[in-house]
Parts: sequence; C-alpha cells; structure tokens
Amino acid sequence: MSDRLFRLLSTLGAWVFGLVWALPLLYALWAAFHPSAFATHFDISAPVTTGNFIRAWEAAPFARYFLNTVMLVIGIMIGQFVICTLAAFALARGKLFGGEILFALILVQLMVTPDVLIMENYRTLQKLGLIDTLTGVGLPYVASAFGIFLLRQTFKSIPKELDDAARLEGASTLQTIWRVYLPLARPVYVAYGLVSISYHWNNFLWPLIVTNSTETRPLTVGLQVFASVDQGIDWSVICAAALMTSAPLMLAFLLFQRAFIQSFLRAGIR
Amino acid sequence: MSPHPPRQARTINVHIQGWLLALPAIVLLAAFTHIPGIATIFDSFYATPHGKRPAAFVGWAQYQTMWTDPIAWTALKNNLLYALITVPLSIGLALAMALWVAGRIKGRSALRLAFFTPTILPMVAAANIWIFFYTPDYGLLNQITRAFGGGSVNWLGDPSTALPALMAVTVWKEAGFFMIFYLAALQQVSPTLYEAARMENAGRWTIFRRITWPLVMPTTLFVAVNALINAFRVVDQVIAMTGGGPNNATTLLLFYIYQVGFSFWDTGYAAALSALLLALLGLVSMLQFALLGRNVHYR
Repeated sequence: MSDRLFRLLSTLGAWVFGLVWALPLLYALWAAFHPSAFATHFDISAPVTTGNFIRAWEAAPFARYFLNTVMLVIGIMIGQFVICTLAAFALARGKLFGGEILFALILVQLMVTPDVLIMENYRTLQKLGLIDTLTGVGLPYVASAFGIFLLRQTFKSIPKELDDAARLEGASTLQTIWRVYLPLARPVYVAYGLVSISYHWNNFLWPLIVTNSTETRPLTVGLQVFASVDQGIDWSVICAAALMTSAPLMLAFLLFQRAFIQSFLRAGIR
Repeated sequence: MSPHPPRQARTINVHIQGWLLALPAIVLLAAFTHIPGIATIFDSFYATPHGKRPAAFVGWAQYQTMWTDPIAWTALKNNLLYALITVPLSIGLALAMALWVAGRIKGRSALRLAFFTPTILPMVAAANIWIFFYTPDYGLLNQITRAFGGGSVNWLGDPSTALPALMAVTVWKEAGFFMIFYLAALQQVSPTLYEAARMENAGRWTIFRRITWPLVMPTTLFVAVNALINAFRVVDQVIAMTGGGPNNATTLLLFYIYQVGFSFWDTGYAAALSALLLALLGLVSMLQFALLGRNVHYR
C-alpha cells in the first residue's frame, strides 16, 4: 500500500472512530439543548433552548448538591495535603524504625480502597456517629496511600543539603517542610490536587451509602436520585442534569487541558 | 532541647518525631483499610447478628452458602468476563488512539478531545447519558440499527446484551484515560529507531511489532494491572444503569456485596463475599509484583 493511501485511510478511520466516540456526548448535548419533543428526533430547525437545565435545576436541590460536592472535594484535598505531606516527609527522609514495612502496609490501600470494605467502614462510621455527614464521606479518603506515595517520591528527589541548610538556620521540622519541601514540590501538589478533585467529584458508591439527606448528598448521588425517582423518562431533563453535574470539571478540563493531562500522567493512578 | 544531647538520645528523638509525623496517616489507614480488612475476614466466620443477640461462630458456613449460591457464581463469572473483555479492549483502543493522535493527523486536538473527554465525566452522568443512548425504540443506537434495517433491541433489558452494554460504557470511559499513558510512552521512543527501520525498508507492521510494541510494553503492563484492579471494583454503572438485572445478568461482585449488605442486611454473608473480593485483589497484586517487578513505572 502506498504511503499516501495508508495515511488517507488512517485519517479517515481516526475520524470515523472519533465521531463514534463523541456520539453519546453529542447526543446528550442535542437532547439537553432542545425541547423534549426533539430529544429523539433530529431536525436542524429545532429551536435551541436552555429550558431543560432550568427545569432540572428547579426540580431538585442541585444548588445544595453543588455546594456539598464543592465542600467535600475541597475538604478532602486539604486533609490529604496535610496528612500525606507529614507522612511522606517522615518516610522520605527515612528516619523511622520500620519505615520500609510501614510503607509497604500503606501501599495496600492502592488496591483495597475504602469502598471495597463498605460493610466494615459503614459500621466504623456508625460508631463514630458520622453517618450522613460530609466528614464521614471524606474521612476514609484523607489518608491516601497514593498521595503519600507520590509525595514521598518527590521529597526523596529534593537535595538533602537544602534541608540541612534550613536546619542550620534554626528551622524546626515543620518550618523546614513549609519553606523547603512545599515550594519545591508545588507542581506535584497541583497534579495531585487535580487528580484528587476529579476523583472525588465523580466518586459514587461510598457517598451513596453514607448519605441519606439533601444536606449531605454530593452531586453524583443527587443526580442518581433525581434520574431514578423524580423524572420518569424525560430524557432532555435528565441529560441536562447529567451534563450540568459534570460541567464544572469539563470546563476546567477544557481550559486547562494540558495541566490536566500532565497531572494524570504525573500521578499515574487515580 | 539542650545544645548537645547525647547521640543515642538524639537518634531516638528523631525516630519518635518520624512516627509522630506519620501518625495521623497511620491511624486513618489502619481504621479504614487494615482493621476493616482483617475484620471482614473475621466476620465471614460468624452469622449475621440479629437484634441484640451477638453473632454466633459458624465456621465455614458462609463460604458453603457462597459455594451453593448461584448468584454468587453468576457475579464471579460476570466479573471475570468483564475483566477479560474490557481490559484488552480498552488497552488496544487506547494504543490505537495514541498512535493516531501522536502522529501528524488533521484535526489532532479535536480527536484528542473526543477520546479524552469521557474520562472526565462522572460515571453516574455517563451512565445516564448511555441509558438514553440505549433506550429501546427511540434511543440513538436503535435509530441507527433500524436505519440499517435491523430490529429494535432492548439493550439493557435483554440478558444477552445487558452485560456487553455495560462493558461498552467502561471501555468508552477508560480507553481515553489509558491513551495518555501511551502518548507519553510514544514520545519516549527515539526517532532514530524509526529512521533506522526505514533505511532497512521495514514495513509498517514490522515497525510496530518490532519497535513500538516492545518499547511501550512497560506502559501496557502498568495500564493492564490498573485496568484489572478497576474491573473488579466496577459498581457505579451497575447501580445507575441496570441494578444488576435483568435476571442478574449484570450483577458484578462489588454490586452483589452492596446488595447483600445494604439491601438484604445479611452482613455475615456480605463479609464472606468481601473476603472473596479481597482474595481476588490480592491475586491481582501478586500478578502486579510478578509483572512489574520493582515498580517499573512508579519512579
């Protein structure tokens, strides 16, 4: 086969494939932005409307769900930053007995995430009185093996001399972390933050189990409740709701595409 | 602190400080991973407690129930099928996407966007969009099959198509994510290798098989292990799209655990099922060590 022909066929294949890949989303966009009558009926002259979004917004407490998700996602991220930084520093600078074993034990969580052990973890939350609270949704994820792993690797690559220099000037351990390690690891924190936010924005099973009221439900659970109970089969409204719940992440992704992709790459695993 | 504490005391202090720094993480990890993990196995040897009566020790009874429970077998079979089909399919498509987007192709950024965007969507949102896509009679998929002269299929309602229909959503969401790892790997391949191959008049397929494929192998293994772990934790789309039906055709392990634990409140049996899931994840992690050795991709 000649080079040109191959290139042409390959491009054509890529385009057909790309279109197929985009089809479900394009279809959802079509339904969401047109009146219900046109949801399954394609007509270029169909009027464009934002009515479905307004109806979805009014039919369920999405404003509250948004607030819950934002608080949850930010709370988890801050908790992870603090707790994982401290642990990662201790492990990276290798000054604890049994550090290797501890690290291996921590990595178990990469495989056994809190949602695999839903029964036991639910019981633990019950004992702590944290059922149906945002704290309860976030707590099991705050000490993240992935975050500790990522930050430990980063801290290890920071020259020991910088650490020593800070100590000579009389900085305490926490001051050293704050002044030396945090600034040098900033890109990793950005990457980890983006990965953490997108993971917890999308997380579903655990919040579904833990929450049972409007005041605590994050968007994913709210969307599920909305789609399964309230709506019957008005697809335009459900599509609008589905797109609405994903919109902030999607917009952030479109604006910072490169940063997102770099972050996922740097982070490796979600 | 005194200006010159004895050396030994200082070392001990440093170690104590290290443990104190790690303490919050250790406590939380123990509370939500290690202790519940062990407790799950422990619980699986007890009956489900009723009211205030403490649970009775029942030995292997829960596991015997599992052995004779057809739904448990279906869940296991479905899950293995799920892994066996979605993992290679996602990887193959991810590599194809990466090869397309890595080269100089017209409309590269639009293609990359089309491939990667599903990854960002919450699974619940994606699931609802796909339910609509699969709707009998009116859904786009049926409109397409009808346009080609086919009949109307109830994709999610028919036991023979429901599981593949869920698999499609998983592949749709995962392939674009894995694509970026292949893109990064392809950028690492030295162009001189391709030039040399061209000088030898090697065909496209030979170049792929002899250069590209072996060089992206570490990425393939890394992605495969992660996809495998994910395949055993699939649950969102089952809850959102089918609820395990029709006739348990889409019941997967984690979903069945959720159902037994939180709909039937049979905690003892749910613990036994969780122990099975833990064992499977343990197997995957052993596979990971065997394949990836000392964390090839983790550096």
